[in-house]
Amino acid sequence: MSSDPRKGVKDICSRVANDRTRLMDVVRDVQATYGCVNDDAIDLIAEHLSMHRVEVEGVVTFYAFLGEEKKGDVVIRVCDDVIDEFKGSDQVVRAFCRELKIKIGETTPDGRISLDSTPCIGMSDQAPAALINDTVITSLDACRAREIVQALKKGSAPESLVTTLGDGNNSDALIGAMVNNNIRCRGEVIFAPFADGVAIEKSLAMRPAEVIRDIKTSRLRGRGGAGFPTGMKWDFTRQADGERKFVLCNGDEGEPGTFKDRVILTECPGLMFEGMTVAGYAIGAETGILYLRGEYAYLRKWLESELEKRRSQGLLGPSVCGKDGFNFDIRIQMGAGAYVCGEETSLISSCEGQRGDPKTRPPFPAQRGYLGYPTTVNNVETFCCAARILDKGAGWFAKLGSDESPGTKLLSVSGDCRTPGVFEVPFGISVREVLGLVGASNAIAVQIGGPAGEMVGPDGFDRAIGYEDLGTGGSVMVFGPGRDMLRIASRFMDFFIDESCGYCTPCRVGNVLIRERLDIIRDGRGAPEDLDYLQELCETVKVCSRCGLGQTSPNPVLTTLKNFRNQYESRVHAAAPGLRSSFDIRAALAAGEDIAGRPSEHF
Amino acid sequence: MSETITFTIDGVEVQGAPGQTILEAADAAGVYIPRLCKGEGLAPRTSCRVCTVMVNGRPQTACSYPISDGMVVENETEELMTFRKNIIDMLFIEGNHYCMFCEASGRCELQALAYRFGINAPKYPFMYPKRELDTSHPDVYIERNRCILCGRCVNASRDEDGKGIFEFIGRGSEKKIAVDSSRGLSGTDAAAADKAVEACPVGSLLPKHRGYDIPVGRRAYDAAPIGSDIERHRKERNNE
Repeated sequence: MSSDPRKGVKDICSRVANDRTRLMDVVRDVQATYGCVNDDAIDLIAEHLSMHRVEVEGVVTFYAFLGEEKKGDVVIRVCDDVIDEFKGSDQVVRAFCRELKIKIGETTPDGRISLDSTPCIGMSDQAPAALINDTVITSLDACRAREIVQALKKGSAPESLVTTLGDGNNSDALIGAMVNNNIRCRGEVIFAPFADGVAIEKSLAMRPAEVIRDIKTSRLRGRGGAGFPTGMKWDFTRQADGERKFVLCNGDEGEPGTFKDRVILTECPGLMFEGMTVAGYAIGAETGILYLRGEYAYLRKWLESELEKRRSQGLLGPSVCGKDGFNFDIRIQMGAGAYVCGEETSLISSCEGQRGDPKTRPPFPAQRGYLGYPTTVNNVETFCCAARILDKGAGWFAKLGSDESPGTKLLSVSGDCRTPGVFEVPFGISVREVLGLVGASNAIAVQIGGPAGEMVGPDGFDRAIGYEDLGTGGSVMVFGPGRDMLRIASRFMDFFIDESCGYCTPCRVGNVLIRERLDIIRDGRGAPEDLDYLQELCETVKVCSRCGLGQTSPNPVLTTLKNFRNQYESRVHAAAPGLRSSFDIRAALAAGEDIAGRPSEHF
Repeated sequence: MSETITFTIDGVEVQGAPGQTILEAADAAGVYIPRLCKGEGLAPRTSCRVCTVMVNGRPQTACSYPISDGMVVENETEELMTFRKNIIDMLFIEGNHYCMFCEASGRCELQALAYRFGINAPKYPFMYPKRELDTSHPDVYIERNRCILCGRCVNASRDEDGKGIFEFIGRGSEKKIAVDSSRGLSGTDAAAADKAVEACPVGSLLPKHRGYDIPVGRRAYDAAPIGSDIERHRKERNNE
């Protein structure tokens, strides 16, 4: 680290050989070193990477963990997810504010500590949680928040706030986190023992096309939520013309209520890296990239050491497992706080050092992906499944789960239940069975698939979890008696509004309009026709949005309108003829009255 | 690959050449598909979503989607017309658009689309955002109140002018157009004759010193609605 920013930024840029496609690494390092990426730093970066300064500025202003304004040496980010809220995050925030004498979004006058809120950090089963720089603090309460501030004020490093270590590898010196895995149910695909290298050895004994045939035979579908057949994706990538090909692993687990990839990354990263290597062989790639969400930075050293171990074992690097001509290595690309980067084309943009905007399709990543080369992007869990399939056989895998959804699925369960955590269950399991496993017999609603999924009521508890009915990337949020469905939907809309990249009109504007009308209804000022208004608005956003974010962001409202319609109908009432109940005359006059310095004479 | 590709738009057979997008083939055939962020001669950005059509039952942007034999395209369905109207509405309420005194009035593509869709007043509530003007440059100014974030200036400046002056900063509803200098437009080599200025479909990026130079009656959309030039093409052909 250099105190002279000119030299410091130059050094940071030279670490990536002034390669503009590595801009994410550069801006992350500058942010970590100087607490911001300010105007001067932007100019310097642009100069060293031979870019327009406005392109650098575009990236810096895109990601939540980067900014032009100076942050404190310590940044506290309290998770403001709805699950955390129900577990008391409001009291935690109030305690932080009180102790630091600042509001959310501010920095203490001495410039040392900043306080922010952040969407789901993948700790819903141990909420309320917060990130303090890269350190995760779980199971917070007001008392703990006060102790934390006192320790930080005395100059304690964030890492020293961890007093008890979590279960499993969380206690490894390279992780050293108080995070718990909470693995409640181990299945045969992900959490069974695995010997490093067996899937690679078996793959290398076959031709690449045969590996893909096995994945196709297993009928493996993407575990991130969209469910695209993995074998087909690999096949398209293999067959596409390109001098180079890439394997990208989507570790940007950001769907609120999802934390199963965090547990895979902690407990079985080898299985995932093995799957990536198998994919590399199958499609003809030499490079793999694990895109790791910024919130999981605390796992980076651990994952780097796992990669180093695999290199020393000959499982990565030149001539993998002694196979001439198959060279494959993996690097980690850190994200910086953007849910949309979990969308595969946004993830590619981010890896390329750009704003995390999705790309226009076609062409699909399999044709033109990372840096314009054919690329397969798969979920962390999908790569694990692929490795296991190569070891245990496609037929074995296809027999697990249900007809249309072979295999097991990791569910991250949180909310109003006795045993939140990660469950590896066969696909086809009913919602009711899951509720039985987690101890939530009195649930009134379950959000399957996170905010982008579906809110299911008791009459849907016999529905099956799987691609044929309730698809999910793994998020299962349980809501008990007394929870207000419209409040939850509104919080989910807050999330999508904050996380929309803003590229396309319907998502950028439509989500704001959906929340506005939803809140009018919650407030008791809605009219019956507002339900039709919402329905049509939601459909516009869903059909016309450019990527999966906007195509699913109206779901909190659409699925509660469908499954909990009475909660809407009981809150709307017809206005008197000629009046609109949502119109607030007092609010409309406020600005004018303020200018005039007197109240309106008419209203 | 055949020399001509045959597909249908709203049940009518249309022919195009390999490599054409739906929009290009439709334009050539005299079928107007509304569009906004797609600038003449510029790469599609697919950001406004106004040209959303159904391709074999799935939503796609006509400006970017390549045509293929037997493809079934739906364009003027009731549902799509509603969605497009809603999107145009959104663009109005998201900014601060005062057509009556805007110098782009009469040649503004957003205004013209609203007229074509019969929008007299938006149905969504106005957001009245606070937006910044950049009047620092002697010959060009940015009026962000009218910016619809289409990105035509970004593409035109980068690909046509070779300057790369414009880019977006911020995210979501905070997203806005920015320039390649911390001193504003005056710190760039922008010029009034830039393709980027010409490319702006609304009154957001304008040359100075010649406001209201085209008299009412002779402005682009005074005589006929937007899209008429494309549709005229079809009528002429049908009359042959």
